[in-house]
Formats: sequence, structure tokens, C-alpha cells
Amino acid sequence: MKNVCLYIFIIFILGSCKKTEYTVTQIEGKQIEISDSIKTNETFENLLKPYREHIEGQLSEVLAHNVRDMKRTDGALNSSIGNMMADATMELANPIFKQRSQKNINIVLLNFGGIRSTMGAGDVNRKTAFEIMPFENEVTVLELTPKGIQEMLDYLVSENVAHPVSGIDVQLHSNNKIKSVTIQGAPLDTTINYFVATSDYLRNGGDRMYFFEEAVSETPLDYKLRNLFIDYFIKKDTIDFMPDERFVKIN
Amino acid sequence: MKRRHFIKQSAAASAFLAAGSFGLSAFSANPKRKHITILHTNDTHSRLDPFPANDARFANKGGVARRAILIENIRKENPSTLLLDAGDFFQGTPYFNFYGGELELKFMSMLGYDAATIGNHEFDNGLEGLLAHLPKANFPLVSSNYDFTNTILDGYIKKYITLEKDGIKIGIFGLGVKLEGLVTKKLFQETKYYNPIEISQDMTKILKEQEQCDLIICLSHIGYSYENDTVSDIRVAEATRNIDLIIGGHTHTFLPKPVVVKNKENKEVLINQVGFAGINLGRIDFYFEEKGIESRDSKTILV
Repeated sequence: MKNVCLYIFIIFILGSCKKTEYTVTQIEGKQIEISDSIKTNETFENLLKPYREHIEGQLSEVLAHNVRDMKRTDGALNSSIGNMMADATMELANPIFKQRSQKNINIVLLNFGGIRSTMGAGDVNRKTAFEIMPFENEVTVLELTPKGIQEMLDYLVSENVAHPVSGIDVQLHSNNKIKSVTIQGAPLDTTINYFVATSDYLRNGGDRMYFFEEAVSETPLDYKLRNLFIDYFIKKDTIDFMPDERFVKIN
Repeated sequence: MKRRHFIKQSAAASAFLAAGSFGLSAFSANPKRKHITILHTNDTHSRLDPFPANDARFANKGGVARRAILIENIRKENPSTLLLDAGDFFQGTPYFNFYGGELELKFMSMLGYDAATIGNHEFDNGLEGLLAHLPKANFPLVSSNYDFTNTILDGYIKKYITLEKDGIKIGIFGLGVKLEGLVTKKLFQETKYYNPIEISQDMTKILKEQEQCDLIICLSHIGYSYENDTVSDIRVAEATRNIDLIIGGHTHTFLPKPVVVKNKENKEVLINQVGFAGINLGRIDFYFEEKGIESRDSKTILV
């Protein structure tokens, strides 16, 4: 009898320590669309509302007036909106770069694909900046050697699209050969390094701008392009840009 | 004499157990069928509000306040429900730009998320930016192949977690995408990335053998599938054993229904991904029966 009790006791102890094992016998999977047929949780909505209204208020505050509709395709090799973005970068990034390095930005180069929206004539607000620049990219300044600058020019010629530039003027012959290049109003000097401001995205090989990888120095400005555009809109009353002669093909 | 007697008794007890793992449950009448519901999102990208009515693709879709009602209703139907996210809950609307992720984590906590993994956009405000808002999350962030040892996030991220729902033990691990070339080094700093397949092999071994999980879920932000040989959910599923479900993200893939892939042992692995921006909620229902009782090795997959 005593033995039987012990026996049962051991089974009980071991049995209860041993985890019951389960096996999957059936699986059902589906996707549920969150459509407007589902009601709104009022607690969530009430909590979110003040944040939404604050953002809406901030985003819709009028900062400047834009005189005409701008899009990235309104010129062949440069565009109104691209020129604005590149010139704004030159104007607002250069003082920061100068303070950090005692040097000046010579050239700004952004990318055509990075212009994410058009900019209509009329009120300009923070929302505009979010639309044209939804990404978090920051401005960085790279020191390019004469070889790097040449590769940059070759890239611009071969791309044949309106990548935003500032500080540089490039004229092409109709056969796509370079006719003239001036930087900050002076002819290109093929013996010196130039400082090119761009975004960290392009600096890291975005849009195949691999020539930035050969930079001999880099000064990140910790300045988001979107914030730069917002600051630019705050600074300017009127936004007035058109395609111009900075990058053109001469027939 | 006494010693011999004891050995005989324990041998008998072991033999009894070895005959089947049912032990005590053999006494209970009909085995209870267990039901676990897994709800999941991926790449919600700060979309707290529904899309505006004039949106070309997703007019009036999504929104956390609606997701809340949907999840609430499913939890009423089955209290053994888990809610999981496969990363990139940060970035995409001004909510993130203005509040840095605080709101996303706060609402995910209110929705009752059980775990989430770390997507590449969780690094958008740097490790500091993520750490600053972590206190808003009342659920763990799980990442197995990012090593945060030499960063300020050390100790804040779980390699894996286990949960128990209705007697079913569930193991969850997380996979992140390669950061180099995708995220600026300044943002991820000394975070180390390890091969998702090798890490998955380690994790499943721990979760199956050590933790004895009944269900193993991988929260993945490495992407569903690529044309080149980049590691993906499909590849992880094929190269490992014991994963039951991969909840994917990163590639914003709208899978019309979960995909079934055969693993290294020729067993089925489910992979699901529900697009992005909180437009859809994935739902996978797992039904369990006690092992050995019905000797059912096959399972029915209805997708």
C-alpha cells in the first residue's frame, strides 16, 4: 500500500511538472481592411484631436507668397522649383558652413528626383515644405578635388535632367559637350578643390552620385533640408523663381 | 534493498511518462481545443489619422481610432489574442516630425500591442530619439539580430520574449534589416547587424528546446522577397525550422492572403504582410490540440 502511494505520488509530481504539449491542428488567415465602416474609438479621437489641431495650425500658417506655379519640369536642364531649392540651400547653409570651416560653399547640387511635389502660386506654408521635401535628409558639404568636380560635370551632362544647382553655371553645346563652366561667376579652375553642398542621401550614393564618395573632406551641417526650406519661406516675403540660364544647352 | 526499490519505482514512473506526454490530462474528458488569435500590422508610418477623402489610393482608410474598435471587438470574441507589429511605426506624417514618435508609441500602448520589432525608420531620430520615447511604450521592442551592446539602447531591447495565453506558450523574436547603406551611420552608431538566417536558427532553437514554446512567431522587418539574393522572409522561412509564422514588413507588400512556405523540415511556415500605413489588420487564428491524443500530425491551413 505504501509503495502504491509513493508510486502515485511520483507520477503526480512528474506529471504536473511536465508541460502539456500542444500541436497546431488548424490555421486560418485573413486580412481585415480598416475602412470607414468601422466606428471610431472616441477616447483615441479625443486624445489625438488637440495634437492634430496644433499641427494643422502650425502647418497652415502662411509664411510667404509664391508668385507662380512651379514644377520640376518647367525647364529643360534647370527648373523654377529646383532653382529655388538650390538657391535657398546656398543662402541658408553657407553662413553655417562658414562659421564651422571659415570657408564658403561654392556649389549646391541636389537631385531632380528629390523634388517630391509641385508648388502652386499663392500662399506658402510649412505644409508646402513637407510636400516638396518629405524626407529627413540633412545638408552636408563635401570638398571635391578637380577630378571629383570633373566627374560631377560628366554626371550632370550624362543625366540630362534638371538636377537643382546653385553657384555654378554650365553651358552645353548642342552635341552635349561642355561649352563653359563658371563657379561663383569665375571660370572653373581645374587646379583647386571646391566645396559642394548636397544632401546626406546623395552623399551616400543616392541617384548614383558616386563622385561624392571621393570627397577629401566632409562637413555635415545637421540641418534638415525641410527645415531649411521652412526657414527660407519665413525669411522671404515673396517666392519668385523661373527657369534661367544656369544650366542650359546652347543651340 | 531500499535503494533498488526506489530505482525500480522511478523507472516505472518514467516509462509511464515516456508512453505519452499526456500525463495527467489523460484523466480529463475531451481535450480542450485551444484558440490563439494573432493580429498584426507593419509599416504603419505614423498614420494615426485615416487617409483624407481625396487620397487617390486609400481615401478614408486606416486610422488608430478605428483600429482600436476593430481590435477591441476581436478581443471580446477571443480573449487569447495577441497584437504585434513588424516595425516602421515611426515616420511618414507630421505627427512624427512634430512629436518624434511619442504619439505613435503612446497609441500603440493604448491599442494593447504585445510586442513590436525595430524597423529602419525607428532610427530616424537616432538612437537618442528612440530611447527618449521608449518610456511611452508599455510593450517590449524585440530585435534578435541587432546588437545594441555598445549603444545607449543596451538593455532596453529584448532578444526574444515568451508569452502564455490559455496555456499555450508563444515565443516571439525579431529581425531587422541591414542598416548600412540604408540608414545614416550617425543615426545607428555602433548598432551591429547580424545575419537574419543564422540568428533565426539560434532563436528557434532556444524558443523550441529551452523555452518549449508551442508557437513561434518571427516579427520581421527584412522584407518579403527580393529579385536578387538579399535575405528575405521567404529565405528565412525556407532555411530554418520551427517558425510557425513570420509577420513581415519593410517592403510594404500587400499580400492578398498569407503565403505558405515549406521550411527546412518540409513543414509549413506562414508569412503575412499587410501593406502599410495601418490600412489593414492581419489576422491569423491558430487552433491547438494536445499532442498525442488525436495523433494528428497534419494541420489544416485555411487562407
